[in-house]
Amino acid sequence: MPDTPDIADRRDAVCVIGAGASGLVTVKNLREQGFAVDCYERETGVGGAWNWRHDRSPVYSSTHLISSRPLTEFPDFPMPDDWPDYPHHSQLLSYLERYADHFGLRDDIWFGTEVVAVTPGGEGRWDVTTRSTGGGEERVQRYAAVVVANGHNWSPKPLGVDTSRFSGRVMLASAYKDPAQLRGRKVLVIGGGNTGCDIAVEAAQQAEKVWHSTRRGYWYTPKFLFGRPADQVNARALRLRLPLRVRQWLYHRTVRLTVGDVTRYGLSEPDHRPYESHPVVNSQLVYHLGHGRITPVCDVARAEGSIVELTDGRRLEPDLVIAATGYLPRFDFLTPDLLDVDEDGRPDLHLHAFARHHPTLAVVGLLQADAGLLPLAHWQSVAVARWLRLRVTDPVHAAAVQQKESSRPLRSWTRLRVVPSSRHWFEVSHTNYLRALEDLLREMEPA
Amino acid sequence: MASQLVRFADWTSPVPPVRREVLSALPHPDEGRPPLLFVPGLGHAAWAFREHWLGHAAQRGYAAYAISPRENGSLRAYVHDVVQAAAGLPRQAVLIGHGAGALLVAQALARYPAKAAVLSAPVLGGWSALGTALRTNPRGTLPVLFGGPLKLHRRQLFAADLPEADGYVNRLTRAPLRVYRQVFEAPDPQPPVGSPPTLVVGSPDDRIVTRKALDRAAARFGGAPLLFPGLGHDLMLDANWQEPIDAILDWLEKQLAA
Ligand SMILES: Cc1cc2nc3c(=O)[nH]c(=O)nc-3n(C[C@H](O)[C@H](O)[C@H](O)COP(=O)(O)OP(=O)(O)OC[C@H]3O[C@@H](n4cnc5c(N)ncnc54)[C@H](O)[C@@H]3O)c2cc1C
Ligand SMILES: NC(=O)c1ccc[n+]([C@@H]2O[C@H](COP(=O)([O-])OP(=O)(O)OC[C@H]3O[C@@H](n4cnc5c(N)ncnc54)[C@H](OP(=O)(O)O)[C@@H]3O)[C@@H](O)[C@H]2O)c1
Repeated sequence: MPDTPDIADRRDAVCVIGAGASGLVTVKNLREQGFAVDCYERETGVGGAWNWRHDRSPVYSSTHLISSRPLTEFPDFPMPDDWPDYPHHSQLLSYLERYADHFGLRDDIWFGTEVVAVTPGGEGRWDVTTRSTGGGEERVQRYAAVVVANGHNWSPKPLGVDTSRFSGRVMLASAYKDPAQLRGRKVLVIGGGNTGCDIAVEAAQQAEKVWHSTRRGYWYTPKFLFGRPADQVNARALRLRLPLRVRQWLYHRTVRLTVGDVTRYGLSEPDHRPYESHPVVNSQLVYHLGHGRITPVCDVARAEGSIVELTDGRRLEPDLVIAATGYLPRFDFLTPDLLDVDEDGRPDLHLHAFARHHPTLAVVGLLQADAGLLPLAHWQSVAVARWLRLRVTDPVHAAAVQQKESSRPLRSWTRLRVVPSSRHWFEVSHTNYLRALEDLLREMEPA
Repeated sequence: MASQLVRFADWTSPVPPVRREVLSALPHPDEGRPPLLFVPGLGHAAWAFREHWLGHAAQRGYAAYAISPRENGSLRAYVHDVVQAAAGLPRQAVLIGHGAGALLVAQALARYPAKAAVLSAPVLGGWSALGTALRTNPRGTLPVLFGGPLKLHRRQLFAADLPEADGYVNRLTRAPLRVYRQVFEAPDPQPPVGSPPTLVVGSPDDRIVTRKALDRAAARFGGAPLLFPGLGHDLMLDANWQEPIDAILDWLEKQLAA
């Protein structure tokens, strides 16, 4: 492709999109591999989802982590050890801000700048179009590689039910920020993920009446088991390399003995085994069910006038409906073929990270696991940075690695047995995933 | 080698938090040089650096910190404390470990991407460290083999006829016995993260760390050791303490400029 004069060539520099947790680690680890980096962030600060002032942040005032501190912190920059097992979202933001300052990352971040297009510029290079967030003049720069770290928890998944003729208020969970929004209301919360359960619990303490609608039964894991954070107990079982079936049995026993039979409160029996859906970690939901403050109900069929009708024919009269149906990934600045996105919007990437046909295009943070995301994003970005370095220093070795990786069976790193739902598109077992990344890192070591 | 990514020990039994003693000397004005974190060896604590090195480093424009080992610790807990202290500093830090503190630093480097590292008169663990200790200080070391404490005497630590030497020796404390054993049994540290430039310094007249051990450490971490003849093991307390710290800071300046 001929060089057009208005494209500024950034030569060997790498472009990173987003300065949330994933973008920050990527900038740091690319720099450690000696790359010049330009990171673009549409907001005016770092932290992404954890900066709850950001207009797209899905975090609400009471959010505490569901993954415990040791399983959530970056592997080379621990959180303060006197923080609680499950820090508050404001602590996570201050942690990310400290990370950015500690490693001097802000020098490489262009705040208030949005990436609007990324197109192939020939020879594996990329033309990145940016502009001030929300408008302004566009600028095109050419980079040697692009790493996308734009997060996947900000574009709400539509609620399959038409609510245009419903007279009450319908709110997306991403717009829910503060319990005051629930006070004195009759609230219907839809969705049994961590967001839906957290909001149902908040509503139980604020609202006049609470219904919680889920379209299936789930395993609700308490935050603490045997006095330890649940994910640490799970890690113990993983350490012993107990087979999945044994862990499922242990999980079942433990929950039966501690929480007991939740169908007593009107919840439906899970339609899947433990570990076959993304963990919902919430100790208080069952508590409020037991107090009668939350009424569990089945899926919503339609909403009209003041009435919401359920699939079992029951009719409710909520004045506020909160849709906590989760989020979908969105890459508006890339054409779908670049990430092999199918018609449902699901990208197909090697290790959920590497574009299959574009060796200089990668995504970091597009994962969900039975542990915190930050350590996974860290090691993903280490792998991406080393991969980009290897392509420069030893193209022959790089080609061999690519050849070998392309035959890696999915089974070695993905979670195959999960409930088929878009919320599980990027679900992995964190230990399997880390082992797969470690294999890749080892393959890339100089012979 | 144990997996560097799958860290069950860190996940399932995190080291319990303690209040850590960290002494500091800060430069005025602070021009943004990387902070230094000094890590003492067994028996020593942060005070050993406060005597001369902290203040001197601050005068040369570096925010300088020194950490004391926690009471009743273990090798793993000490390393954890070093990483916690380093990550708690405002900017990416330089880790400077002395004696067995160098082993703590070497292990911490696998858990924290330091700006640079200095191993001063390093005792990097392994049974060869015990062998050397037995050769140079049989009476002080033998008891360790039978579960007794390691004893250091002033002639081992200081070359000069230091008037303060007795005072320093009296301030030495005993690390828990298990720590000595953990030092001798320590596996090779995992490779550092972020490939920090690393310097080894020591003295050919050190009665604890032999010249050979210095060469070995330097070979492992790159380069040759910087040597300061005439000093004893405790470079930071001996009469000529200024020479090594100035050399360390000069080296650092060169690295930062590169
Ligand atoms: C309520 C809630 C609770 C959670 N709890 C946990 C938990 O307990 N543990 C855990 O590990 N994870 C948790 N998560 C997951 C959480 O998303 C991750 O921890 C983390 O925030 C993901 O970081 P990220 O950088 O990948 O994405 P984000 O934090 O979303 O950051 C993406 C950044 O990219 C920027 N950006 C996007 N598009 C563009 C563009 N075109 N141009 C420029 N910039 C752009 C955005 O402004 C944003 O700053 C939770 C998520 C939610 C919704
Ligand atoms: N405290 C915390 O740390 C915390 C809080 C909230 C969220 N998070 C994290 O943030 C991420 C997103 O969580 P989330 O709870 O927002 O989303 P989620 O995990 O995707 O859950 C969405 C829920 O809505 C249901 N749903 C989806 N579409 C629906 C539809 N059309 N009709 C009815 N129900 C529908 C899903 O049911 P199916 O199961 O049938 O698909 C699921 O129960 C997760 O990684 C989560 O762990 C963490």
